[in-house]
Amino acid sequence: MQNPQLTNDGELKHLLSIEGLPKRILNQILDTAESFVGVAEREVKKVPLLRGKTVCNLFFENSTRTRTTFEIAAKRLSADVITLNVSTSSQSKGETILDTIDNLTAMHADMFVVRHAQSGAAHMIAKHVAPHISVINAGDGRHAHPTQGLLDVFTIRKYKPDMHNLRVAIVGDILHSRVARSEIHALTTLGVPEVRVIAPKTLLPQDVEKLGVHVYHDMNEGLKDVDVVMMLRLQNERMAGAMLPSSQEYFKTYGLTPEKLVLARPDAIVMHPGPMNRGVEIDSAVADGSQSVILPQVTYGIAVRMAVMSILAGN
Amino acid sequence: MNLPNAETLFETLAERIKPLIKANTAIVGIHSGGAWLADRLLPILGKDLEHGILDVSFYRDDFNERGLHSETKPSQIPFDVQDKHIILIDDVFYTGRTIRAAMNELFDYGRPASITLAVMVNRGGRELPIAPQISALDTDLADSKNLQLLRHKNGTFYFTLEENT
Repeated sequence: MQNPQLTNDGELKHLLSIEGLPKRILNQILDTAESFVGVAEREVKKVPLLRGKTVCNLFFENSTRTRTTFEIAAKRLSADVITLNVSTSSQSKGETILDTIDNLTAMHADMFVVRHAQSGAAHMIAKHVAPHISVINAGDGRHAHPTQGLLDVFTIRKYKPDMHNLRVAIVGDILHSRVARSEIHALTTLGVPEVRVIAPKTLLPQDVEKLGVHVYHDMNEGLKDVDVVMMLRLQNERMAGAMLPSSQEYFKTYGLTPEKLVLARPDAIVMHPGPMNRGVEIDSAVADGSQSVILPQVTYGIAVRMAVMSILAGN
Repeated sequence: MNLPNAETLFETLAERIKPLIKANTAIVGIHSGGAWLADRLLPILGKDLEHGILDVSFYRDDFNERGLHSETKPSQIPFDVQDKHIILIDDVFYTGRTIRAAMNELFDYGRPASITLAVMVNRGGRELPIAPQISALDTDLADSKNLQLLRHKNGTFYFTLEENT
């Protein structure tokens, strides 16, 4: 079956999910992002690539970091940017998603950045839009968050350039995490030999091994000798389902403390996609410590999103 | 046209650039040919000379038709452009569009005191009011020809001339 993200020539048309994308395209995005990192350090932090183009950020679900970095990325590419928090607009008056899209298309939008609580929302929009329009998935349900996965592997590549010689551990709520899924696909596609997931059984999807990861339930075993620790946010809003006894209990078993971090390699880096729950999945001493690259992740997120937007706009 | 000897032209180019070097001069090579030239000019012009590389991919005027080149390299301008006399270096000067893009990019780093354009070959075919002040060879090639500077493994230069398909 034709991958809905690719043109007939195999170039990227929409970015919906990392799953199914060839290594060549992931590397093209990461290499292009490398060129955008320097733009932010200049006197004028802007390039004219998307001049005259209109990018619509459609956030059907709340987000601060992702929305802001997409907005900054589009502006640094000289696009005109409209950000709609749809949860507070016409959707609440009963308009369907596709009607919203059609109306924005009638205003000559060129690109949609979509976040939605429903898995598959971005796919549906990509199938619907006119051929000159590109769609970027900024997070759909539990399914995928491809630009987060990309910025995470970009950050890893910055600190640990030899991807073929790495042990990476992803810790926490894998079950509800679209970020974890995108990270796993990105890491395995790029040839990282050992990806571990560390979580209680209740927070792991069934058949998680099929994604090519090693499963650990004990942090002390799972963190041993890893080069990268990727923490996930404990999705407090799902705690109601009684999947876990309490957040204090969780912190004791799966929270990343300085004592647990010493089990990893001494030069290991610590990552978190944000927003962090300090004292739940990560101790402040680690989050603010010398091994943390959590804020560089945010900075690189802009360069990676600029790369994705400019590659899509050119194809 | 006989293929010019790239090494001879390189020496001519270096001789012609030398008198322009003064305090506050920096050289900037345009990726990729111009960057190779700048790389080999540096020891001749002075190792301490400030220098950088531009990849003009983000400033090209044909992005809408051609998209982004898949091998975009980061621009590296590790010095303050403000008030510098910049010598912009490229291999082959043709339409002038690359130079327009390069100048636009340079100004996003700061306001240079001056920009001088030095190229190995001015092949004719200008489409903009931009021309090199320095060239090692001026010629007039048909639009159908593609003159390209290439580099041997040992770092020496040579030209290829092909018919555009």
